[in-house]
Amino acid sequence: MSDQPNALAKFLDWLSKTQVAKAIFRTGIPKNRRQRMTVMLNNVFLHLHPVRLPKHAVKIKYTWCMGGLSFFVFLVLTVTGILLMFYYRPTVEYAYGDIVDLREQVPLGIMREIHRWGAHLMVITVWLHMFRVFMTGSYKPPREFNWIIGVVLLVLTMLMSFTGYLLPWDQLAIWAITVGSNMAGATPILGAAGPGSNLLALGDVNFVTSASDARFAMLGGRFVGEGALLRFYVLHCIGLPFIIMIFMIIHFWRVRKDGGISGPV
Amino acid sequence: MIEEFKNIINILARPYIMFPAMIVAFIFIFPATDGLMKINRRLGLYKLWTNNGGIAIFAFLFLGFGFGLTDPNFRAIVTKPDNVPIVGLIFLVVFFLWFALKQAWENDEREAKGLRPNEAEDAKENILVWPDLVYIEFIAMLLISALLIVWAIVLKAPLEQPANPTVSPNPSKAPWYFLGLQEMLVYFDPWIAGVLFPTVIMLGFMCIPFIDNNRKGLGYYSFNSRKMAISIFLFFWLILWIFLIITGTFLRGPNWNFFGPFEYWDVHKLEALTNINLSEVVYMILLNQRLPDNILLREIWGILALLGYFTLTPLILAKTFLKNVYNRLGPLRYSIFIIFMLLAASLPIKMFLRWIFNIKYIVAIPEFFLNI
Repeated sequence: MSDQPNALAKFLDWLSKTQVAKAIFRTGIPKNRRQRMTVMLNNVFLHLHPVRLPKHAVKIKYTWCMGGLSFFVFLVLTVTGILLMFYYRPTVEYAYGDIVDLREQVPLGIMREIHRWGAHLMVITVWLHMFRVFMTGSYKPPREFNWIIGVVLLVLTMLMSFTGYLLPWDQLAIWAITVGSNMAGATPILGAAGPGSNLLALGDVNFVTSASDARFAMLGGRFVGEGALLRFYVLHCIGLPFIIMIFMIIHFWRVRKDGGISGPV
Repeated sequence: MIEEFKNIINILARPYIMFPAMIVAFIFIFPATDGLMKINRRLGLYKLWTNNGGIAIFAFLFLGFGFGLTDPNFRAIVTKPDNVPIVGLIFLVVFFLWFALKQAWENDEREAKGLRPNEAEDAKENILVWPDLVYIEFIAMLLISALLIVWAIVLKAPLEQPANPTVSPNPSKAPWYFLGLQEMLVYFDPWIAGVLFPTVIMLGFMCIPFIDNNRKGLGYYSFNSRKMAISIFLFFWLILWIFLIITGTFLRGPNWNFFGPFEYWDVHKLEALTNINLSEVVYMILLNQRLPDNILLREIWGILALLGYFTLTPLILAKTFLKNVYNRLGPLRYSIFIIFMLLAASLPIKMFLRWIFNIKYIVAIPEFFLNI
């Protein structure tokens, strides 16, 4: 048994010297200082990071890991979400039944659970990340703009979660979205039940009615029905992820460009 | 005996008792000015942010939850699958609040001795990201994956009856992260609570870096050198954000009535609706006459009150209570800052007006859906 790790190490060493491994990982196993630096530069994923950091920046007590975990949970949600899309059809007819099938028929049926709890978790990690950034004063110059991007990401995270809430098409879902979307109907000027809704009118003809107001645009109908389900599905699976990814790219880019992780001057 | 204790808790949890109590406690626990800081020191409240303080806080939390779980009504609400994240949120927020402030007070003490913050000591040394950060990230990912998998196996995602537009559940609740907004609906119309305030909150957050022109405290935890900024932020974050969500989730039952943590969610609980508008107070109670037909004449008092609130208060505050803030921020920053503050303060003000005077609307023009 004692030479077992040795054999494994030898095997890995041999593996790393094969032509295939060299073709994939140019640096090899990072052993010396030079390799440890070049691996950060050669790998596209690791390249998000700088090569060197001041020591406080890698301490959990400083960052709480919350930003990185938000991103990781987002990736988990993407993967589980893609798997769920195989089984789910966004129509009033099938949606609920497909969710029941996911629970009853699909092997290893915890993808929906991971997706749902992951979504809750992401909201929490994003909030805690914001809290940490505030408490360390990291929004101060030169990072003001990245704080704004962060607020946008916070809103998008909650919108992602909100649009996903409707998809199981159960009582919990449609009534939560009904409560939420009723607020859109109260938008000033643009909502039928909002103040100033009769300002946009030509004579007696009112342009802002329950069939043409902000709520209608959101739901694709007067109430939470077929149109709303499709709209929320498309926004949840394609629209919002597309937007949130753009903002994440800016966010990560600016972390580096604004001088890396914040630290005492 | 235990039932009586639970009754007392139920009464103490009522918004008009709990909320003012929390605001008062908040002012002393997170002192925004030097004067309050002295009182905080004298009361020894800063000791919350030490190891012993942390143990005390968590012992209190665990005991509270442990005791609560013996009660069937409390258990029914807290263990609802979609409410579990909020229970987690309570513990996480309290932990990280303590964790941040502990480091902040440590750094403050170092600063008082003329030393640099702990982070600056660490930052003297540079380390390679591979392996020191990459491995931490890898372990964090593994742990969070394990947590999610265990959570997913132990707790089934909720699935209720198929959607039925004709049967509305009572209470109908938005997803938990929007329950703070839904809680505001008690005090404001949807166009304010659901549209104006969310927009203002997000704009306000975006403005933070431009309003706060204090250059101290960048890149390390600190409290004393930026206590005003931190107190204001924590007031929003802890009370108007987290606490309202907790209230909306755990303490709001059928018909959005208020229920104590140990109270049965009785659908038939009656709450007298005795709310009246400011115009009715002025004309019918004070002047003892009927409401004028002219809308402008009817609502002029409320409109004047609002105008005064948003124009006179900033001026008076700039000359008196917030003189130092005004001097530090300058006219433009101060104007933006004070408008956000007044908008935010309107929520507690409206709450107190409701609780004490039963006032529903300051300006009530239902003819145009314009109720404030």
